[in-house]
Amino acid sequence: MGRTLAEHESLALLRERGVPVVEEAVVDTPDAAAAAARSLGTPVVVKLTGPGVAHKTERGLVRLGVRSAAEAESAATELLAAARPDDGAVRLVVAPMVRGARELIAGAHDDPQFGPCVMVGIGGVLAEAVADVAVRLAPLDERDAHEMLDDLRAAAILGPVRGEPAVDRDRLAAILVALSNLVVERPDLVSIDINPLVVVDGAPLAVDALVELRS
Amino acid sequence: MSPRIPPERFRALFDPRGVLVAGVSAHPGKFGFVALHNIITQGYRGPVYGTNLEGGEVLGVPMLRSPDDLPPDAIVDLVFVCTPAAANPDLLRACARRGITAAFLTSAGYGEAGERGRAAEAELVALADELGILLAGPNGQGVVSTPARLCAQIVAPYPPAGGVGIVSQSGNFVSSFQNMARASGVGVSRAVSAGNAAAVAVPDFLEYFAADPETRVALAYVEGVGEGRTFFERVRDVAAAQPVVLLKGGTTAGGQRAAASHTGALASDDRVFDGMCRQAGVTRAATVEDAFEAAATFATQPLPLGPRVAVVTTAGGWGVVTADAITRSELELLVLPDDLRAAIDERLPPRWSRNNPIDLAGGETRGTVPEVLELAARHPEVDAVVYLGIGIQSNEARLMREGQFWGDPGLERIVAYHERQDARFATAAAEVSAATGKPVLTATELAVADPANAGPRTVQATGRLCYPSSYRAVRALEHLWRRARFCESRGLV
Repeated sequence: MGRTLAEHESLALLRERGVPVVEEAVVDTPDAAAAAARSLGTPVVVKLTGPGVAHKTERGLVRLGVRSAAEAESAATELLAAARPDDGAVRLVVAPMVRGARELIAGAHDDPQFGPCVMVGIGGVLAEAVADVAVRLAPLDERDAHEMLDDLRAAAILGPVRGEPAVDRDRLAAILVALSNLVVERPDLVSIDINPLVVVDGAPLAVDALVELRS
Repeated sequence: MSPRIPPERFRALFDPRGVLVAGVSAHPGKFGFVALHNIITQGYRGPVYGTNLEGGEVLGVPMLRSPDDLPPDAIVDLVFVCTPAAANPDLLRACARRGITAAFLTSAGYGEAGERGRAAEAELVALADELGILLAGPNGQGVVSTPARLCAQIVAPYPPAGGVGIVSQSGNFVSSFQNMARASGVGVSRAVSAGNAAAVAVPDFLEYFAADPETRVALAYVEGVGEGRTFFERVRDVAAAQPVVLLKGGTTAGGQRAAASHTGALASDDRVFDGMCRQAGVTRAATVEDAFEAAATFATQPLPLGPRVAVVTTAGGWGVVTADAITRSELELLVLPDDLRAAIDERLPPRWSRNNPIDLAGGETRGTVPEVLELAARHPEVDAVVYLGIGIQSNEARLMREGQFWGDPGLERIVAYHERQDARFATAAAEVSAATGKPVLTATELAVADPANAGPRTVQATGRLCYPSSYRAVRALEHLWRRARFCESRGLV
């Protein structure tokens, strides 16, 4: 079995590869969480992160819409108390609330039959039910990446939606190419999932990510 | 990347100078009889020999004991093997001594038959390799090659000659596609059942098709593709040279369980497989008829240069559902250009639709359909034409032929006129397509409801496919447009 990187480490790996990633602070104490909330500007989201922390939402380890430094401090206290021994060395992530009408998912994995693959799809809470994803084998180029976007059944949501501009397809394609390069150059990488990839004013932004490595 | 097996090695399989059937039976119910029968009756032009243990003569062919007994001057390239597995190693050795360089094995009892069968198969492959014999099968249904008029197969029909090359992991799909070829008139170059694909597998045949001047488009049925990466790279290279239409069985959990017991194919994520096809430029078909019709369209229509489709119809409803089908596809329903509208205005009373679909609304006279087809196809903003309404005049004529007043010279004259008109429309569609280099697809349910109707019959005579519905014509055209776009974006011709 592989091991997973903590959320902030996963996002850091993406940032190194030029993927636009949400600005966030990683801290260890409720005091520091309050300070981070003040400097980022509220509202913020406060999350527990650690090498063994998965299914954060299901476990209630994500606090959305935290409106003040004081609220951030108490949320941080509760989250630290909710940590379990198998979560490993946990930390706190404080990040600005990112708003966008559209959520995508993107990722890469090592397929048992076809080897390294890159995927992009429609995200959000109904993502699994909608199951609208396009896949290509890595390495892929920008042209392949653009064709993946065309393959989505709901490709129309990449156009202008609810007052937001069309998604910057070139930036989105660049993210897919970056994922391709990552999965090709890192044979220890089992999978990487960006979920959600929120579209903010037309620009895709990685808000959460999970990287699994071979141990 | 060059083909794994040099194309010239397939000459002995698909264009043999002589054929030996090993294991001939005198019983018309046995494979060893049927194979010999079909090779002789379908017009294979080279010499045909047979071996069995009983001797005598079968279908006029004297039976030899062994390939060693072939006449000294006999030139035989292919052995079609119907003998039991245990007899085959000695048989292949004897064949090699007589210069035979290809074998098609129908014999069962190999990889599909457990541990011992797998061992026998591995030994056979090693032996064929050592002897320099191209080994197709085992456990296959046969091989067809229309340029050689070779019908070395058991259950499938012999198809008309044409440009579609067929290879299948399942022998009965070779039959299915050849049945469709016979019914539609769109012909086949080579067709082969890969059987257990012990030595020669689907990608090997695809590489051969790409190098084969007789084959214009490859049509393949697969359940498993082995090592995925290698398959991708090989099929991508093949698709760079010619269209490849792929039908995959086992795309759902239920189908994958069935495939595991049929060909031993491993389950794979269908979304990955689908993306792989897109990336390789392979045309992936959703159904059996979609697969055949896509291949038949690649073989008989030029690629469109763009997505804009004009619909020419003699009835409104047909045009409406076709407009729906085009709108739902990756094609575009052309907004009728003013100059085209004006040109059609000159030829029709004002009740025609004056938009796309171009519904003639019964206003046509004798020459209107060919004229409007030509105007539409020649317009620079039109990339493809779908033509609906062929055969209705002949359908009307049919009722007259079958009625009790038939024999009246007036009826005979009008029936002959109707049937001439439909034949003329079909011919015009083919001619305007050839003249403009644009696809012109003709669709009517009469293609299956009454294939003898002068409309579909003449479409077939022009070498084109008459689509059984406009939806299927649109679907086939969409496959062509996807490939055209793929080739254009990658600088392929």
